[in-house]
Amino acid sequence: MSKNRVTATVNGDAVEFLCETQQTLLEVLRDELRLTGTKEGCGTGDCGACSVMVDGRLVCSCLMLGVEAQGKSVQTIEGMATGKTLHPLQRKFLEHAALQCGVCTPGVLVAARALLERTPDPTEQEVRYWLAGNLCRCTGYHKIVEAVLDAAREMRGA
Amino acid sequence: MSTMVKYEEKALKIVGTRPLRPDGVDKVTGRARFAADYSLPGQLIGKVLRSPHPHARLKSIDTSAAQALPGVKAVVTREDFADMPSEFAASGELTINFRDVTRNMMAREKVLYDGHPVAAVAAISESIARKALKLIKVEYEVLPHVIDVVEAVKPDAPLLHEQQYTDGVTPKPDKPSNIAKRLLFARGDLAAGFKQAELVVEREFNTKPVHQGYIEPQACLASYSEDGVAELWTGTQGHFVVRAQCAKVLQMDIGKLRVYPTELGGGFGGKNNLYNEPLAIALSRKSHRPVKMVMTREEVFRATGPTSGANIKVKIGCTKDGRITAADAELNFQAGAFAGSSVGMAAPCTFTRYDLENVRVVGNDITTNRPKVAAYRAPGAPIAVFAVESVIDEMAKKLRIDPIEFRLRNAAREGTQTYYGPKLGPIGYIETLEKAKAHPHYSAPLGPNQGRGIATGFWFNIGMETSSTLNLNEDGTVTLIMGTVDVAGGLRASMAMMVAEELGIEYDKVRPVVSDTTMLAFNFITAGSRGTFAGGMACVLAARDAIEKLRRRAAQIREVALDDIAWKDGAARPASASAKQFEPMSLAELGRMAGKTGGTISGHSAINAQGAGPGFSTHIVDVEVDRQTGLVKVLRYTIAQDVGKAIHPAYVEGQLQGACVQGIGWSLNEEYVYGADGVLQNPGFLDYRVPVASDVPFIETIIVEVPNPNHPYGVRGAGEVSIIPPIAAISNAIENAVGIRLREQPMSPPKVLKALDEGKG
Repeated sequence: MSKNRVTATVNGDAVEFLCETQQTLLEVLRDELRLTGTKEGCGTGDCGACSVMVDGRLVCSCLMLGVEAQGKSVQTIEGMATGKTLHPLQRKFLEHAALQCGVCTPGVLVAARALLERTPDPTEQEVRYWLAGNLCRCTGYHKIVEAVLDAAREMRGA
Repeated sequence: MSTMVKYEEKALKIVGTRPLRPDGVDKVTGRARFAADYSLPGQLIGKVLRSPHPHARLKSIDTSAAQALPGVKAVVTREDFADMPSEFAASGELTINFRDVTRNMMAREKVLYDGHPVAAVAAISESIARKALKLIKVEYEVLPHVIDVVEAVKPDAPLLHEQQYTDGVTPKPDKPSNIAKRLLFARGDLAAGFKQAELVVEREFNTKPVHQGYIEPQACLASYSEDGVAELWTGTQGHFVVRAQCAKVLQMDIGKLRVYPTELGGGFGGKNNLYNEPLAIALSRKSHRPVKMVMTREEVFRATGPTSGANIKVKIGCTKDGRITAADAELNFQAGAFAGSSVGMAAPCTFTRYDLENVRVVGNDITTNRPKVAAYRAPGAPIAVFAVESVIDEMAKKLRIDPIEFRLRNAAREGTQTYYGPKLGPIGYIETLEKAKAHPHYSAPLGPNQGRGIATGFWFNIGMETSSTLNLNEDGTVTLIMGTVDVAGGLRASMAMMVAEELGIEYDKVRPVVSDTTMLAFNFITAGSRGTFAGGMACVLAARDAIEKLRRRAAQIREVALDDIAWKDGAARPASASAKQFEPMSLAELGRMAGKTGGTISGHSAINAQGAGPGFSTHIVDVEVDRQTGLVKVLRYTIAQDVGKAIHPAYVEGQLQGACVQGIGWSLNEEYVYGADGVLQNPGFLDYRVPVASDVPFIETIIVEVPNPNHPYGVRGAGEVSIIPPIAAISNAIENAVGIRLREQPMSPPKVLKALDEGKG
């Protein structure tokens, strides 16, 4: 089977990869580009563990083909911190104990950042509905919601 | 020999604070490696062919076409695994039988559920592996199946195991049965107790199986070398048990298999068992290449352990002033395809919260054509307690007694004789009830269609085999090697905190790592809320062993008697003002000098921890019932739980909140749905709906600390108890809101609406 050649930008770096037509963006990120921070929880777009940003839009990378990334800019969890400086959301997740097993955490963080970029001052309810596409089985969401609200406060300089 | 370490009250510097977890940064940056994130050069991808039938005889399996497909490197079926005789072993909270383990990982005579493995393939790519599965020809003789537990015990029910005669019944039955085992716990005189009763309530309840729902599907990577030595990376709650069981079913020496526990993406009891691990090793052995196997979510639902569904009958009698005189329960639990449900754990938890004179619990372990059940957080207890706490609520209401007051009148306390064996030691049940009663939530006003419910739970907590090694590094930092898997609750943080407290050094000078199976001897699975209790005990003892050696080393260097030296605030110091005085020696100094003063210093412990302290939890929940849709919305939730001692309070709160929300999902939405064909209809997160962030409110927690006398810091265990009360608490709240008592779980909108329409009360 011949493979497709794709060029894209991932976390600011120009990348080039070969993929089978049916390979998802998630499979490409994990298996071809070795960016395993993005997780597969279901493969059907129901759990949000594979959340990434594509050209500024929050998507489940398991629902997008690798070939569809041609010419696009992809942001994953690996691109969230700046050098050794964690993103405020990452820091607040640690401080608020908002993660346990950590397998949903990359997707939750990517989704939460997308929320705060468009809604810098969300209510508790807005956080809960925005993150309704990201399943977490460990925390009961309590500390995740607290961490997102606290990060929003800090990022607003409030 | 077992080990108990007494609780000592002392001033604490680190235990009880909230430092950051050692695994935290890697988990927020994507660096943390879970099983599916590991790869080896030259690895193949393994996939499993699964039965589409719930029950069929396996007549033949033809793998020749699959084997001939270019890129396929190995195929395994039942022919590649030895049969195992019946032999039982402990595995987490449930017991396994190797005869069944080998049949569950790869079907032999029959397939027993939709999703049962019949063959596995390793190929150079996933797409080729999938193609190969389609080329395997399996001839099935389809048999009648049985899914429901009530149907399975009928005399004409399809039989799963022709040689299964109910154990625990005398005389031995003359006909085989789907009831694998009957167990009985009894105390006092039940008939006399019911005779004294002025109110008797008898009810029947039904529950559906629910899945642990960890977000990480099972994954593993195996590499079998030509010299017969193998390595296995897997996401598990117990790598030593995986090693023992894999070695057994693959007929290998235990010492020749090295298992690395990876970061675990949730387990909750469901990652105590073998699934793909032995298949991956066998495929690697056959293909001479490493083999990686990752389940799809559909495979997780179809073939890994849900908990039991059940049918429960409860009858309780009490006096007019609310004193229970007799309590009787029958628990009929689905085991799935092979014997070994959680009924054995559920039975002792059924009534243990109450001080009862006359009590009986009968449990039946029943095989049905579903995946073999696995442990799920306080296995079985939520099911039995749903029934009992609903009946207690009904009785309190009939007698116009406040439901917390009713429980206080019957509450177990220190000295209460349980019906399953021990007398209870110091426990905090009454404290949790009193804290709940005094909380503003309990007296807050409710609106229309809103109701409040109460329920309580008990869980044993366990100890078991545990070991730990603590190495003092040359600069005075400490590497703590622990054998209990951190199943994500923050165990590494708690262990490092206790060790730092013992040694008198800063928390971040202790780096905890979970060993693979070669760095320590056998450690039991992280289950039964044992991690912080037993793991903590082992780490504390390893630290104390190191302190002894540090004192000896200081005595040698400073030329003073051992008795003149005490270990305090991170240094060897004069034991008292009257002892011989000398310049203190810090841990860092002793570490630097260790090589030249007798060699490196390490502490070690290997124990079988005993003296686990039971945990109790009281829950208050407010719900609102939408009469148009049947939707039950959880408005407010408060938990009071006795954890003995919260080593890291934030991580303990996380355990209570996480367990509670799993319980909310169990109550309101989660269930396995089977068609008439015995095939699972909802093997995905879209149709098997676990709670999402917008389904739940903040979960308020009240941490009660009645120290366990048998742990150096008073730890009981915190992870499981709070999954027990939610089903009953929510059912009781619905009744309080709209006067309808639901005795079937889940209390999903269609069922609530139906009950409202029928006006059941």
